[in-house]
Amino acid sequence: MDEQQEEFAIRVRDLVVGFGRQTVLDHLSLDVRRGEILGLVGASGGGKSVLMRTIIGLIPRWSGAIEVMERPIGGRTQGAATTWGILFQQGALFSSLTVRQNVQFPLRENLVLSQELMDEIAIAKLEMVGLRAQDADKYPAELSGGMTKRVALARALALDPPILFLDEPTSGLDPIAAGDFDALIRTLQRTLGLTVFMVTHDLASLTTVCDRVAALADGKIVAIGPMRELLQSEHPWVRAYFHGKRSQMLQHEMR
Amino acid sequence: MNSEPLLLATPSGDALKLRPEGPWTAANVTTLETLSRSVGAEVDRSRVVTLDMSGVSALDTLGAWVLEKLSRRAASSGRSAEFVGVADHFSGLLDEVRQVNRHTPAPAAAPNPVLLRLGDLGKSTLGAREDITIFLQMLGALFMSIVGALRRPRTLRLTSLVYQLYRIGWQAIPIIVLITFLIGAIIAQQGFFHFRRFGAESYTVDMVGILVLRELGVLIVAIMVAGRSGSAYTAELGSMKMREEIDALSTMGLDPVDVLILPRVAALVIALPILAFVGSIAALYGGGLVAQFYGDMGPAIYVARLHEAISVTHFEVGILKAPFMALVIGIVACSEGLRVKGSAESLGRQTTTSVVKSIFLVIVLDGLFAIFFASIGM
Repeated sequence: MDEQQEEFAIRVRDLVVGFGRQTVLDHLSLDVRRGEILGLVGASGGGKSVLMRTIIGLIPRWSGAIEVMERPIGGRTQGAATTWGILFQQGALFSSLTVRQNVQFPLRENLVLSQELMDEIAIAKLEMVGLRAQDADKYPAELSGGMTKRVALARALALDPPILFLDEPTSGLDPIAAGDFDALIRTLQRTLGLTVFMVTHDLASLTTVCDRVAALADGKIVAIGPMRELLQSEHPWVRAYFHGKRSQMLQHEMR
Repeated sequence: MNSEPLLLATPSGDALKLRPEGPWTAANVTTLETLSRSVGAEVDRSRVVTLDMSGVSALDTLGAWVLEKLSRRAASSGRSAEFVGVADHFSGLLDEVRQVNRHTPAPAAAPNPVLLRLGDLGKSTLGAREDITIFLQMLGALFMSIVGALRRPRTLRLTSLVYQLYRIGWQAIPIIVLITFLIGAIIAQQGFFHFRRFGAESYTVDMVGILVLRELGVLIVAIMVAGRSGSAYTAELGSMKMREEIDALSTMGLDPVDVLILPRVAALVIALPILAFVGSIAALYGGGLVAQFYGDMGPAIYVARLHEAISVTHFEVGILKAPFMALVIGIVACSEGLRVKGSAESLGRQTTTSVVKSIFLVIVLDGLFAIFFASIGM
């Protein structure tokens, strides 16, 4: 396979998205390289989730082009589950199914395989995200926040998709659980060779796991690069974000 | 490049060399399962199994697990199995998969179905006692809340009460009028059709009047309201419970019964008699129309017959029941709403329970009232 051609997992060109009269994303372009973890930061309500949801096809776009794994995205995408896995902010586990059934759901709907193999794969996925086989028969309502995220991650990875979208993966987790989750994402990304697109506010995640960070402001990507480069950025919003009081404190600790 | 996965088995003595080729990924799972099953017997026969991974072009968790399962099968009972020629970018995944599914817990023994049913029966019997307790608690809390509101009338949530009255009273009128109108018309038509055979057509009016005013008007309206407004109450309070709004109210020093439940139940108690009255009139009107067009009985005669057949007592019997039915519907709906737990499924279950239970109780209450009124001669 040609390495050059395979370089980008997601390519977004001149994307315009809005609601009613309001334009949220204004001629935005963004490339996500294969096998990297890209962190996306931006103001609350600034369009981070809109960008993610537009790429995965949940929000219609006004204009622009999106390519995921060399395939243009438009309308309802066929075989979406095998292209990407999505970890929603609240987990979005199906509350009427057990943990095991939640993880098996994409397998059951997309593949033809025996119940035995499906059970084994589900347990394998759960163990890979750090849960125990005993948790498999619980219902989502019985899980803690960290466990919910892990199960949702296992479900997102059920079909081994090449791309993983994470919407604020560490929000609502305590720092220890958040750190563990970051490490888990890192490990899984290495073992499974994933491309990870992560929307986050967690400066620790940005610094520790992201290969590159993109900053979204005024509907555009205003800065993109490794964390080190973003800290040098002159853009006023990026400066305010990374050099505000809270961020200063954290970066000071990290040095 | 292979587009189909393959599994080549080369036996030599009691050793077996397995060479998987092509993409071992989830997309080809059906083929993978067939392949791994086809070599099962050979694997069981061999003492040493080697898995040569050099031909694999793509590997994901599922493919890795199928291979790992083969190697575990081969390695059981003192025999040996090993992976050779693993490409660098697959080794992490294989190592990961080797760790999983080691401690599968024994599946829970299937419970005895008879015992299970008996257990459910026992649980629901105990549950019935709990239901009664909750009903009485809610009744008591409502009573205390009313006492509080009477002592300090300003604490009554008047805005909320008026809004609820508008929603469950005013907005319900069209559908209630339509349904009771149809019911009245149907009863009248049946009366004319069957009474005609023995020339007792004029008694149809007696039947329609008494039936509608004493029983059907209020019962139909109560059932409609239980389905329409009771379910809304349960769903509203349930989702407020799920989103911790009720906890937030409590922490601000407000009693959820005062703020949420009293206005709702009070609105029902006020609205249901009015709706029952409107419904009864609509039913009589429907009966009158059928009398004119189907029973050849003019409006003047219909009204005159009605005047003879019914008395204020009949109307009182019907309308007196309405506030009590409203109370039952309101209490059941609100307490079921507060019993909603975290999940969306529980919200649905509690809403169903609320409607089923309040309709059941309304009918039981109607029966009790029938006995009571009969014994006091009303």
